[in-house]
Amino acid sequence: MEKTTEVLDHVVIRFAGDSGDGMQLTGGQFTQTAAILGNDLATLPDYPAEIRAPAGTLYGVSAFQLHFSSFDVHTPGDAPDVLVAMNPAALQTQLPQLKRGGIIIANSDAFDAKNLGLAHYDINPLEDGSLAGYRLFSLPITKGTLKSVEGLGLSTKDAGRCKNFYTLGLLYWLYNRSLDATMRWIEEKFGTKPAFAEANRRALQAGFNLGDTLELFTHRYEVRPAQLPPGTYRNIVGNHATALGMLAATQRTGLQGYLGSYPITPASDILHEVSRYKNFGFLTFQAEDEIAAICASIGASYAGALSFTTTSGPGVALKTEAIGLAVMTELPLVIINVQRGGPSTGLPTKTEQADLLQAVYGRNGECPVPVVAASTPGDCFNAVLEAARIATRYMTPVMLLTDGYLANGSEPWRVPSVADLPDLTVKFATDPATYQSYDRDERLARPWAVPGTPGLEHRIGGLEHSNISGGINYSPENHEAMVKLRAAKVAGIANDIPDLEVFGEDSGDVLIIGWGSTYGAIRAAVERKRAQGYNVSHAHFRHLNPMPKNTGDVLKRFKRVIVAEMNLGQLIKILRSEFLVDAVGWNKVQGLPFTGQDIEERIESVLGHNN
Amino acid sequence: MDNMNGTVAEGTVTNGAGTLAVAEKLTAKDFASSCDVRWCPGCGDYSILAQVQRTLPDIDRKLEDYCFVSGIGCSSRFPYYMSGYGIHSIHGRALAIATGVKMANPKLSLWIATGDGDGLSIGGNHFMHTMRRNLDCVVLLFNNRIYGLTKGQYSPTSEAGKKTKSTPFGSIDHPVNPVLLALGAETTFVARTIDREPKHQQEIYKRAYDHHGSSFVEIYQNCNIFNDGAFEHLTDKKVKADNVVAIEHGKPLVFGANSDKGIILDGFKPRVVSLTDGTHTVDDLVVYDETNSDLAYIVARMSDDPTFPTAIGVFLKIERATYEDLAHGQMETVTAKIGPGDLEKMLTEGDTWVVG
Repeated sequence: MEKTTEVLDHVVIRFAGDSGDGMQLTGGQFTQTAAILGNDLATLPDYPAEIRAPAGTLYGVSAFQLHFSSFDVHTPGDAPDVLVAMNPAALQTQLPQLKRGGIIIANSDAFDAKNLGLAHYDINPLEDGSLAGYRLFSLPITKGTLKSVEGLGLSTKDAGRCKNFYTLGLLYWLYNRSLDATMRWIEEKFGTKPAFAEANRRALQAGFNLGDTLELFTHRYEVRPAQLPPGTYRNIVGNHATALGMLAATQRTGLQGYLGSYPITPASDILHEVSRYKNFGFLTFQAEDEIAAICASIGASYAGALSFTTTSGPGVALKTEAIGLAVMTELPLVIINVQRGGPSTGLPTKTEQADLLQAVYGRNGECPVPVVAASTPGDCFNAVLEAARIATRYMTPVMLLTDGYLANGSEPWRVPSVADLPDLTVKFATDPATYQSYDRDERLARPWAVPGTPGLEHRIGGLEHSNISGGINYSPENHEAMVKLRAAKVAGIANDIPDLEVFGEDSGDVLIIGWGSTYGAIRAAVERKRAQGYNVSHAHFRHLNPMPKNTGDVLKRFKRVIVAEMNLGQLIKILRSEFLVDAVGWNKVQGLPFTGQDIEERIESVLGHNN
Repeated sequence: MDNMNGTVAEGTVTNGAGTLAVAEKLTAKDFASSCDVRWCPGCGDYSILAQVQRTLPDIDRKLEDYCFVSGIGCSSRFPYYMSGYGIHSIHGRALAIATGVKMANPKLSLWIATGDGDGLSIGGNHFMHTMRRNLDCVVLLFNNRIYGLTKGQYSPTSEAGKKTKSTPFGSIDHPVNPVLLALGAETTFVARTIDREPKHQQEIYKRAYDHHGSSFVEIYQNCNIFNDGAFEHLTDKKVKADNVVAIEHGKPLVFGANSDKGIILDGFKPRVVSLTDGTHTVDDLVVYDETNSDLAYIVARMSDDPTFPTAIGVFLKIERATYEDLAHGQMETVTAKIGPGDLEKMLTEGDTWVVG
């Protein structure tokens, strides 16, 4: 029968199911396909902390939201247009977010008495008319899957696992997507297990065919490719971009790469990825604990490596004393904190940005550390290069802040050519005639003299010492001078970083400030509001310490300064204290990013609904 | 200024491995930095410093190849007094820092100075892991059975009942035996010496350096201010012969003022026997075997029992691949298998597409 195709600007799909159902995989595949077909997109995986919660429970629901579009996309979307609910628990937990009139694709086979009970349903919602306000497609996905892989000799359990590909196939039909990329992926992933490969292929195709044949589906949709700047693209996840950034930094500095790390959610993937770079000569060390990880990195830095350590908030807490040692001994080091919900163990798989004050201030004594924050998954790559640049130019540890949302979220990324990357070549000290361990250049950086170099033998340590010669020195005047010198060195980085940019009018009524991953939501909201005639601007910090030199000027040019953060107010404290600006905070601490809608509503509440 | 002095003479020829090919060797003085040594007069650390400085010239490496790493404690002031490269780091973390130094540059001669507090209390975890990884380095553990720098608290090696500033009514802790810990942590070279035995120290330090792997050396060291006399029974000329057995590979365990006592093994238990009462001869005694870790354990245990002499010498020396060799070796193997890395290729790995 005739199926109509409607062209849409953008679609938001939320895949949800039991954590054993492969929702992350399904969402990831759909994302990859959307990217290759040229859509701009952003994703938000949302999974529980437990490895495998009991099947069918509400807390075992794992979800993946994808926003894909033919125009510039900044966020994973506000309310989803489509909810794929693989079991009752998924429907129960995710339905409240679905748009009124939105599409529900539910696996009716999973809505049995047991699962309904676990999900706290007394009656089957697929049958009691309660979903009349939505466009419900209640489909026997499990049965359809099992039928499609008949004859391949799979156990019922293994055959059942193919249902995520079956569902994916159906969605590909619904959104007019090619099966090619996923077919290629199945081939690669299951190459050594041909039965599984064939089963998944058949399930994918069967799901696709279902859309075509079933009269239930009268409508298909199409989301055309976006107008992205020309270049070669790949879809990239923040942690992967971080790892590539580390690799690129070692090549651009010409140094031996070294990563001392310890597994911690949500940063572990960086360690996994960099551990693959053996043929680039990148040394990795999974240490016995977070402290050994950073200490080994500091030792490697002393020996002339470009050193990194990767972790999350609790790991930074453990590393604190060692960070102080790196500051005192003025050794380059990049510390990457993939922030997560805190405090303490907090919410390991949920995002937050509440470690800023820890990054800027959190050590004993006057212990300044430059801080850089990434804004999008692809930006993690550039942020690492920037952190490495500052670390090696100024002989200092640098804290790079990303978060769980960036780490696991993805977007299309225009791949840079290596030649376009900044030249970060490092020159070690070599001349015994002029060398002194704490001598200073014009940036107040000391020379990097590496063990094994004749004539430059010297000792460094955590005790206070003299400038230039580096000998231990406890005198009162010397200590004050050194404390001020170390502070001046970091403050001087402000001469070496770009100005704070303002999106929108240069001056006006309302300026919304953000840092880190709130970029997408704020920019999306401000763009939409400006299109409606609102006078609102957006400035986003990449450098949190020191801040760009024009920060004070920018703040003065607006009547109202608002700081949107995923914490109770941290950047705002710094801005208020440094610039005496009476800023106001918009705060969300729910383990979830702001949505564009969140910000839009807040803009309306400040500026009125009609501006 | 406390930077190094004592450069290599002009015209020196060196080979790739960093040894001096010319007759002009470094001297003990060349290894002393210009920094004033600030340990208390009478401290056992002076002797350790002197013996290390006397041993290094025989090792024949260039000054720039040395890196001394320490944590926090009196022991850990050591790097400031040596004229190679050095890091005085944070409490308990010297071994972790050293791991990074050695992995990044395996050619360095890495020496760690630590103490019973720094190395076994806060540093205990890193000690266990670094030893099992067999990082090529020499670990000098200055054991004075007290916390000296912080002025007199008890340490993990202090005896039970010890009255100190933090244990005014006596310590309720059962102490640990560093040599046993090292053996349990799979250390490939384990030795013990004493601050009052200069010749013995030099032999031990030389053997420790020569061993390719983690070389753990426990040094009984007298803190004359906060724990004076802790090892008197092992160093006082009047009694030391009866209280110390110097073990040596291939030699029987003989001790005593007139070499009149020995150790036999009664099943798994050591026993002290007289060599002069007609019951036993030298041929009955345990012949030490430094490749036998079970024997090492039994002999090391004797130091916890006052009815036995305390053993000094090399308890164990076995061979095992070192951590930095394995790390670099793996990189080479992988590179040989899949070819050197190409960053441009890495950036475009996976599914890509071109716009415009």
